[in-house]
Amino acid sequence: MRVLVTGASGMLGRATARALLERGDEVTVLQRRPAGLPCAEVLGDVADPAAVGRAVAGRDAVVHLAAKVDVTGRWAEYARPNVEGTRVVVEACRAAGVGRLVHVSSPSVAHAGAALVGAGAGPADPDRARGHYARSKALAERAALAADSAGLAVLAVRPHLVWGPGDRQLVERIVTRARAGRLPRIGSGAALVDTTWVDNAADALVAAVDACGPVHGEALVVSNGEPRPIAEILTRLCGAAGVRGPRGRVPFRAAWLAGAAVEVVWAVTGRRDTPPLTRFLAEQLATAHWFDQRRTREALGWAPRVPLDAGFARLAAWYAASA
Amino acid sequence: MTAAAPELPGPPPPLPGLDPGWSRLVSVPDPDGGKRTWHVLDNGVRDADVTLLCVHGNPTWSYLWRRLLAAAPPGWRVVAPDQLGMGFSERPAGPRTLPQRVADLGALTAALGVTGPVVTVGHDWGGAISLGWALAHRPHLAGVVLANTAVAQPAGDRGPALIRLAHARAVRAGVTVGTPVFVRGATALSWPPLPREVRRAFAAPYRTAARRRAVGDFVADIPFAPGHRSRPALEAIAAGVRGLDVPALLLWGPRDPVFGERYLVDLLDRLPEAAVHRYEGASHLLPEDAPQYADAVVRWVGDLGTPRPTAPVPRGGPARRPWTALVERAGDDAPAVVEVGGGTVSWAALADRVGALAAGLAAAGVRPGQRIALLVEPSADLTATVYAAWRAGAVVVVADKGLGLAGMRRALRGAHVDWVVGGAPGLTAARLLGLPGRRIAAGRLGAGARRALGAAQDLTGLEALGRAAPAPPEPPADAECAVVFTSGATGPAKGVVYTHRAVAAQLELVRTTYGLGPGDRLVAAFAPFAILGPGLGIGSAVPDVDVTAPGTLTAPLLADAVAAVGGTVVFASPAALRRVLATAGELSAAQRAALGRVRLLMSAGAPVPAPLLRALRAVLPAADLRTPYGMTEALPVTDVSLDEVEAAGAGEGVCVGRPLPGVEVAVSPLTGSGAAAGPLTDRPGGTGEVCVRAAHVKERYDALWATERAASRDPGWHRTGDVGHLDGAGRLWIEGRLQHVVTTAAGPLTPVGAEQRVEALAAVAAAACVGVGPPGGQAVVVVVVPAAGAPRGERLRLAPTALADAVRAAARVDVAAVLVAGRLPVDVRHQSKVDRAEVARRAARLLAGSRTSGRARRR
Repeated sequence: MRVLVTGASGMLGRATARALLERGDEVTVLQRRPAGLPCAEVLGDVADPAAVGRAVAGRDAVVHLAAKVDVTGRWAEYARPNVEGTRVVVEACRAAGVGRLVHVSSPSVAHAGAALVGAGAGPADPDRARGHYARSKALAERAALAADSAGLAVLAVRPHLVWGPGDRQLVERIVTRARAGRLPRIGSGAALVDTTWVDNAADALVAAVDACGPVHGEALVVSNGEPRPIAEILTRLCGAAGVRGPRGRVPFRAAWLAGAAVEVVWAVTGRRDTPPLTRFLAEQLATAHWFDQRRTREALGWAPRVPLDAGFARLAAWYAASA
Repeated sequence: MTAAAPELPGPPPPLPGLDPGWSRLVSVPDPDGGKRTWHVLDNGVRDADVTLLCVHGNPTWSYLWRRLLAAAPPGWRVVAPDQLGMGFSERPAGPRTLPQRVADLGALTAALGVTGPVVTVGHDWGGAISLGWALAHRPHLAGVVLANTAVAQPAGDRGPALIRLAHARAVRAGVTVGTPVFVRGATALSWPPLPREVRRAFAAPYRTAARRRAVGDFVADIPFAPGHRSRPALEAIAAGVRGLDVPALLLWGPRDPVFGERYLVDLLDRLPEAAVHRYEGASHLLPEDAPQYADAVVRWVGDLGTPRPTAPVPRGGPARRPWTALVERAGDDAPAVVEVGGGTVSWAALADRVGALAAGLAAAGVRPGQRIALLVEPSADLTATVYAAWRAGAVVVVADKGLGLAGMRRALRGAHVDWVVGGAPGLTAARLLGLPGRRIAAGRLGAGARRALGAAQDLTGLEALGRAAPAPPEPPADAECAVVFTSGATGPAKGVVYTHRAVAAQLELVRTTYGLGPGDRLVAAFAPFAILGPGLGIGSAVPDVDVTAPGTLTAPLLADAVAAVGGTVVFASPAALRRVLATAGELSAAQRAALGRVRLLMSAGAPVPAPLLRALRAVLPAADLRTPYGMTEALPVTDVSLDEVEAAGAGEGVCVGRPLPGVEVAVSPLTGSGAAAGPLTDRPGGTGEVCVRAAHVKERYDALWATERAASRDPGWHRTGDVGHLDGAGRLWIEGRLQHVVTTAAGPLTPVGAEQRVEALAAVAAAACVGVGPPGGQAVVVVVVPAAGAPRGERLRLAPTALADAVRAAARVDVAAVLVAGRLPVDVRHQSKVDRAEVARRAARLLAGSRTSGRARRR
């Protein structure tokens, strides 16, 4: 199959492109900077119709990962790649007659801040999504699923908290803070949280490419299906990196208020660096978010190959090797 | 939300749970000429197998029956009209009287083409109207279902106080019509409280005073006064009901402040054969408070068409009765009952006393089948009263203090007792609990105290009375003789009804299983068994402790009881035995010697861990340590000795041994979603709900028709609510309670096996395995009490990583979280069954994380 992967410079995009290549698919990747993958590559902005049009041409399927993932910045910085970029990809698929679009989304598009306990994939809700990232992804997912039609099968896949070696979003931030002694437990630390080992998420996306068609027009949350208390996850991630785990404890309300204050300061001063805490982060670290994986596994015919414990072991080996 | 009110008559706006396809407007000729337009919920099934005609009361509307429409199987028609002037039906100019409403309903069903068979379903004053229809359409009628309703004021009753209040003209105008207080009040009575959108749905047709007019008229039409114009019609219905020879089902919310218990008693008096189900916790608006009523109605109506096969229930020995041993030893001067620190009663004296007391009870007016609540501490008095009541044909009602005051109140009021026997504390409690029935004083009570507690007689007086009275006729073997309440450890306490035949079979089984003979003496520190000594034909002693608080028994107290009666057999709960073990150091040499003569120890009430039994060997060196398995509904079912437990080794669950002679055990296999839906099988290995068939199994549950129906899905068998499996050697292994099965995405998981593997860790003293999250997609959580360094109290917190790793490795299932606590919550009665439901609730709360504030949620 001829498959385009957008956003292949990120950890998950790269792993997905590799997995497709490994099974013999003809892969093209699209992103701004060279991804260094042994495959055809189109360099360009995902919101640029010309570049995207070039990349999409002649493909059987598109896996659309390209997005800005962050916790700070202005709305426009998210809107262009995430919302506009998705519209451009959808249009290009339609124009080129591509049959399948796997849109990579995020569980945060349906997360209004309350605990998610064995939840299904609720509808994307831009009005209640928390923060620019989640809101832009909610709009993007809506646009993608709205394009689901007889000619173009669209499947939205929402991997939850993807982590693995070289992850700059989750693992590195946690480890950096822990190393600096700035990683407290927020609340009891007991909130059950699902995560996804990167190779499992990549497998799920490959499975989605195959399932897309018979399964279409719906959103599926992907995770390892092994929820753990957040404090345990943080401790084990830190353990894998060889640093001490969370120290001290901050009550949830205090963390939430601190996050709110930090957001104001960052917004007013226009700081671009990653803030120590946001309300979204406080909630993520203090409330349960784990998902019912039955529909996902049935729809994709997929199950995670790497259990959580094996993931921690592999991460530890990676840190040991790169030290 | 408050858009312009829809036109009336007209279909309702979209409302939760209501399928717009059910709504139809029907034009019906009015008996006075002209036409009336009705709004009716009707699933429109043609040539129906059966039609349910559902009649709402005041001030509700057909919305009340939406769940019944949704639950109706294919081929069933469900018709639920809004009465004229009510709901979304036409508002006629004048008030409708009861006879008019009955006639209206008849005109409607004629217009709808409703013919037989019909089952009427009525709630509140819709009950009387539905019965009016039923009596007028007898050829079509297949059954009647009534929920929290009345057809008559019980003698001496002036009608429900709340309605009487609303009856006062000024109050009525203001409360029912001028303001929505009555309309809103009806749904505010609900328990548990109704969701706001459901309360709004009930109020939807009654938004303006004009639309509420019929609500006020309806209240005015309730005929309290003798000269009321609807009075003759209601009296005719009330009298007619006595002649109804169709099956009846009474569904009742006991928390109803409008129609209290006495209205149920009145209905049962008129419909003595009716099936009854009391939904504990439910209030007046039963179809809302107990949504599961719909399934019960469907099941009951379904059974009408297909009579259940009569069960091939094994029957016990023909001749013996619970009191037979007393008769046999009537000439024996050996001690029968010894009160430690009190008196001794010989077999001869006990037999004599039971005979006299039985005659006295009959002479005082105790009729066969009447119920006697026993609020007497275990004592010679209690023993004599139980056997005398049995001999007189009465039914003893036993609910122990372990249920707590609220639990006892629910149990004993629901049992509709006719008599209460109690000492001063018992009779005081009876008054506090508001129990009905005549009082009989037990023990030494002065005449003044007796009068103050409302007791016209006492046991001594009855005994004297009985010596001059004829012996009452022996009750038939299949007559009911006892209502024993379950512990309430696994839900509200259920009344379990036994017959004489079943009790006799139970005694026989216990006697033969344990080889009990005249030389044996029993010391029972377990409530129900404290009174069974005379029935077993062996002497018994009651330890000087509160048997409902097993934690109060100590080794010296047990030894004293054993010494007092020359005890050879001890019966105790695991919790009591733990205390015995903990206090073994306080035993004197003489006490040790007394315990050394015990030949048999039976422990029941909860699974008994092998280490506990092993440790008890030191205290009771000569005793055969045996653990019968069973429950209030069937005890014993199996039996196992410590040696057999050790020979069985480790397995998935607790080995409780082989079924006793005459007892059959099978399982109903679990489906992927954790329901015990499979056909009964005794094939080894398959896990399912444990089912029992034997002569001593309960007759039925009391006033819990739906529970009884579910428990006896397979006629003749009792479903225990326990899950487990049989092994290749015919041994039964218990894996937990059905309601504690964790339903993971990978399938059902029974808790006990994982708990035992975790408890085998040296670092763990106790473990509970529970599920959190939605059924079918649950995550497994193990809560452990660490062997050392446990936190205090029952508060849960995260386990240290090393402990979590060890627990996960031992559990051999995917464990999402390992938590620790200082102790696990246990049930009130046995203080030894871990309350996994409570553990699960607490774990779910902790693992959901912090609650985000309203502000946080809105962003």
